[in-house]
Amino acid sequence: MSGRIHPALVVFGAIVFIFLVAPLFIIVGASVSDTPYLAFPPRGLTLQWFWNIFAIEAFRSTAITSLQLAVLGTSLSLIIGIPAAYALNRYRVELPKWLSTVYVLPILVPEIVFGFSLMKSVSVGLGTPIFLSLLIGHALLVLPYSVRVVSASLASFDFSVEEAAISLGCPPLKTFFTVLLPNIRSGVIAAFILAFITSVNDVSISVFLTGPGISTLPIQILAYMQQFFDPTIASVSVLLMIVTVAVMGVVEATLGLTFLAK
Amino acid sequence: MKNWTCWALAAPATIAVVVFLVIPVASTILTTFGDPKGVFAPYIAFYNSGFRRTVLYRTLEIALITTAISLVLGFLAAWIVANAPGRIKSILIIAAVFPLLTGVVIRSFAWMIILGKNGILNSFLLWTGAITEPLSMLYTEGAVIVAMVYLFTPLMILTLVGVLEGIPQDLVQASMSLGAGPAATFRQVIFPLAVPGLIVGGVLVFTGSFTSYATPQILGGEQQMMMGTFLYQRAMVTFDWVGASTIAAVMIVVTFAVVLVMSRIAQRLNPMAVS
Repeated sequence: MSGRIHPALVVFGAIVFIFLVAPLFIIVGASVSDTPYLAFPPRGLTLQWFWNIFAIEAFRSTAITSLQLAVLGTSLSLIIGIPAAYALNRYRVELPKWLSTVYVLPILVPEIVFGFSLMKSVSVGLGTPIFLSLLIGHALLVLPYSVRVVSASLASFDFSVEEAAISLGCPPLKTFFTVLLPNIRSGVIAAFILAFITSVNDVSISVFLTGPGISTLPIQILAYMQQFFDPTIASVSVLLMIVTVAVMGVVEATLGLTFLAK
Repeated sequence: MKNWTCWALAAPATIAVVVFLVIPVASTILTTFGDPKGVFAPYIAFYNSGFRRTVLYRTLEIALITTAISLVLGFLAAWIVANAPGRIKSILIIAAVFPLLTGVVIRSFAWMIILGKNGILNSFLLWTGAITEPLSMLYTEGAVIVAMVYLFTPLMILTLVGVLEGIPQDLVQASMSLGAGPAATFRQVIFPLAVPGLIVGGVLVFTGSFTSYATPQILGGEQQMMMGTFLYQRAMVTFDWVGASTIAAVMIVVTFAVVLVMSRIAQRLNPMAVS
């Protein structure tokens, strides 16, 4: 696409992008305000709210739970998702067409309905421990990313390379790790990052599955927000945004950000 | 033998989805039909209750308004991104991707700072003298809509940038060289080619806002209950699981109907698909 853009459109576009970015800067400003309530622009500057996060045990423990869930849930989804993506591409003729739709169901079904149903059937119905229920929910929530992103990179993989390895006597499992996996590495990394972010940010599923003693960071933030109106949440948000920037840096370095725009 | 291998590879993921998603969701829907007063009793009760109907209509209204606004903002912004020179383009894409990677809770929270009693909008309006007392803007439908537009516009932009960049340059050039001006080219060539993308983006935003939970919870509260927050309240506060399941079923029907109908329409309207 190339063409001249009307100046009025440029002004309008600038306003849209300011609208997208400004609220995040406002959070940064509010996080260093020395007022006991949320204020922007900040009156005086302080870092006390950042120390406050570490003083509150609930933030520490829920951050650890969120991290564990994201790492384990994403890994689980890749462990079951990569073979599925492989089967979908390698045995396109043998497998029924609707099978690929099955793996998209976790993002097709409204998240909140999925969370509620999991709570009813699994947490309460089967009596699974809280952490396990959360893990099941998160692994399934991110499964579509694992299957689809890995599938996309398998689509351009030449399966005759794999057949060559096998016909030359390489055992199937070794072929997978030495031939296939290196070829789809960028897809696996991308799937991991997308899934990780989705898991860490999830609210709608976790809100039904958390219980006494075990909660995730977004749920803790939500709960804190409804009781207190001080800048602590703003400083937690700033820390999370720093993590996001780091993730974007990793994406840019490994795959290029244009990848995410697809 | 081969048949067996492919199913063995697909089995773990398939079984996981069936056991932990299909069966639980199906059982949620089935429980709504077990009422002794009649198969559709919970739905009739849902429809007859003024409050529940209000929640449904409010949710539809908020989702539709959000979709319409983000379609307009997203399309214009995507147009600029698609036409921007290299460096500016990557900056704009980063500006759209970054909010998308930031959590829903944080992005909704930003609007608490902006719209709150001591928020920056109130401070600004007081300073200009437009108002003499701070307005209460939180927990209104407007607050929810603004935050939702904020939430979904980046998604719309990224969807539409892909669509606009996929339009073959030859078509645009052909149209221009055959005498159509920029306005006519836009109206007769570019826009029709973008319609399927607009529908896809619209469906994403509509279903996302229709089923949202965190944003209405943070900015709408009890006053502006939407389907998502209503489901949560029924399930976890009043423990009315049949009522909650009814809401869940209505949400599924609405989202699936919108996805199916609109993707059918998008396919039919796609001028590139004509053989």
